[in-house]
Amino acid sequence: MEHLVAEFIRFDQITKFYGALCVVENLTLGIEKGEFVSLLGPSGSGKTTLLMMLAGFEAPTSGEIVVNGLAINGVPTHKRDMGVVFQSYALFPHMSVGENIAFPLQMRGTARAEIEQRVARALDMVQLSALRDRWPSQLSGGQQQRVALARALVFEPRVVLLDEPLGALDKQLREQMQLDIRDLHRRLGLTIVFVTHDQSEALTMSDRVAVFNKGKIEQIGTPRQVYDQPATRFVAEFIGETNLVEGVVERVSGGEALVKLPSGATLCAVADSAVAGQTVHLSIRPERIDLSDSRRPGGNSLETEVTDSVYQGDHLRVQLKNPAHPLIAKLGRRSQEYPPGTKIYASFAADDCRVIAP
Amino acid sequence: MTRLRSRTARSLLLLAPLFVFLVWFFVWPLVGMMSQSVSDSAVLNLLPRSAGILTNWDRRSAPSAEMQQALIADLRAVQDTQALGDMVRRLNSARSGFRTLMTRTVSAVSDPAGPPADLVSIDKRWEKPEFWIAIADALSPYTDRNLLAAIDFGRNAEGAIEKLPPDQSVNLVIMARTFWIAALVTVACAAIGFPYALIAASATGWKRDLLLGAVLLPLWTSLLVRTAAWFILLQEKGLINDLLLALHVTSAPLALIFNRTGVIIAMTHVLLPFMVLPVYSVLITIPKNLMPAAASLGAPPWRAFVRVLLPLSLRGIASGSLLVFISAIGYYITPALIGGPGDQMISSIIAFYATGTANWGMAGALGVVLLVATLLLYSVYARISSEEPGRA
Repeated sequence: MEHLVAEFIRFDQITKFYGALCVVENLTLGIEKGEFVSLLGPSGSGKTTLLMMLAGFEAPTSGEIVVNGLAINGVPTHKRDMGVVFQSYALFPHMSVGENIAFPLQMRGTARAEIEQRVARALDMVQLSALRDRWPSQLSGGQQQRVALARALVFEPRVVLLDEPLGALDKQLREQMQLDIRDLHRRLGLTIVFVTHDQSEALTMSDRVAVFNKGKIEQIGTPRQVYDQPATRFVAEFIGETNLVEGVVERVSGGEALVKLPSGATLCAVADSAVAGQTVHLSIRPERIDLSDSRRPGGNSLETEVTDSVYQGDHLRVQLKNPAHPLIAKLGRRSQEYPPGTKIYASFAADDCRVIAP
Repeated sequence: MTRLRSRTARSLLLLAPLFVFLVWFFVWPLVGMMSQSVSDSAVLNLLPRSAGILTNWDRRSAPSAEMQQALIADLRAVQDTQALGDMVRRLNSARSGFRTLMTRTVSAVSDPAGPPADLVSIDKRWEKPEFWIAIADALSPYTDRNLLAAIDFGRNAEGAIEKLPPDQSVNLVIMARTFWIAALVTVACAAIGFPYALIAASATGWKRDLLLGAVLLPLWTSLLVRTAAWFILLQEKGLINDLLLALHVTSAPLALIFNRTGVIIAMTHVLLPFMVLPVYSVLITIPKNLMPAAASLGAPPWRAFVRVLLPLSLRGIASGSLLVFISAIGYYITPALIGGPGDQMISSIIAFYATGTANWGMAGALGVVLLVATLLLYSVYARISSEEPGRA
């Protein structure tokens, strides 16, 4: 409730059923003006449904969607003033690129001369001025995506909704488009809601990331927060790669917990909420693990043995075995090889080891 | 190489039955009918001697004795009275008065006492070159008479093409009526078929099957059965009028049968699948997200429909309309059973010439006109559909 003042879009206790299937369950989410929020989750987690409800293509079974202080549940799509970019672009095949971009302006009764200007500016913005008279079928996937983006932005909507817009593009193009969209967001001060199942895309582009699972938001926070401080096991596993280690809390003091592993070793971990005697999971990101020949003082160290190591260009991926759990470590800037069977210590700071709610 | 050739040979062998079928039942009858419309041997077959002599005649001078003797010999040799009737009819249509002249002449030359010395002694009219010109013209194995008559034109005594007098020109009126009825049926099919296809394309599962089944059902029943069913429904005391009266929609039975209304209702029903299926097949290829996209860009539903869905489905409507129109202009049974005398279409006239008067030439000529009109229409359609943008 503390966000209430600045919130531009608010989903208030939204529930959506398809028949007997609950796809969004009692969800509340606030988005601020000018914010770039990603809805991240696996398919079927309800993120797209939430976007469709915001666009007006679907109606919530219960709950209210408020934009700029006004409930918009009963407002039809064409009056919502939101630019939507679809996964499959949804360009009109019988209109040229220019006509596609002019369409929303024509619907708003904009004067012909102004339409000319704004279409030209929008094309310029996505660097497609030369393709104005082409048909959509003559464009590549990336060009079509830019046209769809220009079409969704040309009428200066109050919110831009992007539904997995980069899913169909190849990797290099996708990364370029990510940066382009982020750049547009900053330049134009747009409020953007972005749906994706690609965690790196969400981390790259967003101000905040809402991680969806089974119709609920597991965690919402900045990319740094959701990556470094995953609130749940789902978030820790869905975003990036992590080592999950099971143990029992021995004692808690000042946000730190001492956790005893089945092997008998103890680890020091950051804990927001933990009770002594509780069985918990610890999340340790592979790139935060260091390998050393001797136990490191002042941190966590586990005695392990190398089972395999794979050189992957930008990092070396080492698989480790210790009595309790297998671990994975990603080592950067390291020329050293670790042949299988090497006995070694895996060390990491207490800050990089987090207690995850079970 | 040999293998390749043997494969080609085998493919040709497989295609052979189709080929034979097409040639035997389609190409040959078509060519036959078309050649009937321009061929004209009714006179030539019976008058071979006259034909030999008349080719040298200058068409102006008085008929020579040779010509008259040849004609007498030809007429005496005729055994087939039906062929003789055909010839007289043919000559009479080129020059009125031939019927009485020929009747008198034939009975005179077949006098058992021996033929008269010359034809002029039988009838003075044989002195006039006009009648000989008519015979000379009719001797040519080819004629444009039927084709001209099919579009209400004919040749006058000088051989120039001119419009037939109004009491003889009925074909153009019927042709225009045929096209008008076909156009009305096409419009009615589009008006009913397009929304129907829209609903069918947006439905799913058993609802879609049901909708498509309902429209396909007419295709699986005989045309005659369907027409007969409409015959029952549309009667003055038929189901539709009973229902309208019972609901007090009308106070007296509507005239739904033996008039234009009935023909259009029945033909629309019969031809509806040919509109619905092409439109449906185009509609299901239109991406589902275009209408939501239009809405999100600010288009109210009806503007989204006019600007997006309608233009994208025009291809289907065009091919549906073409199918319906081309089928409709050849309709015969439905107008014959449900229509009145003023609703007969060109096929009825063709049937009349073919089975009623055995005038295969006229039947063929009207068929050719119908075929040409259809091909013209199709070429217009092909031109339009190839110019469609955004499909490059």
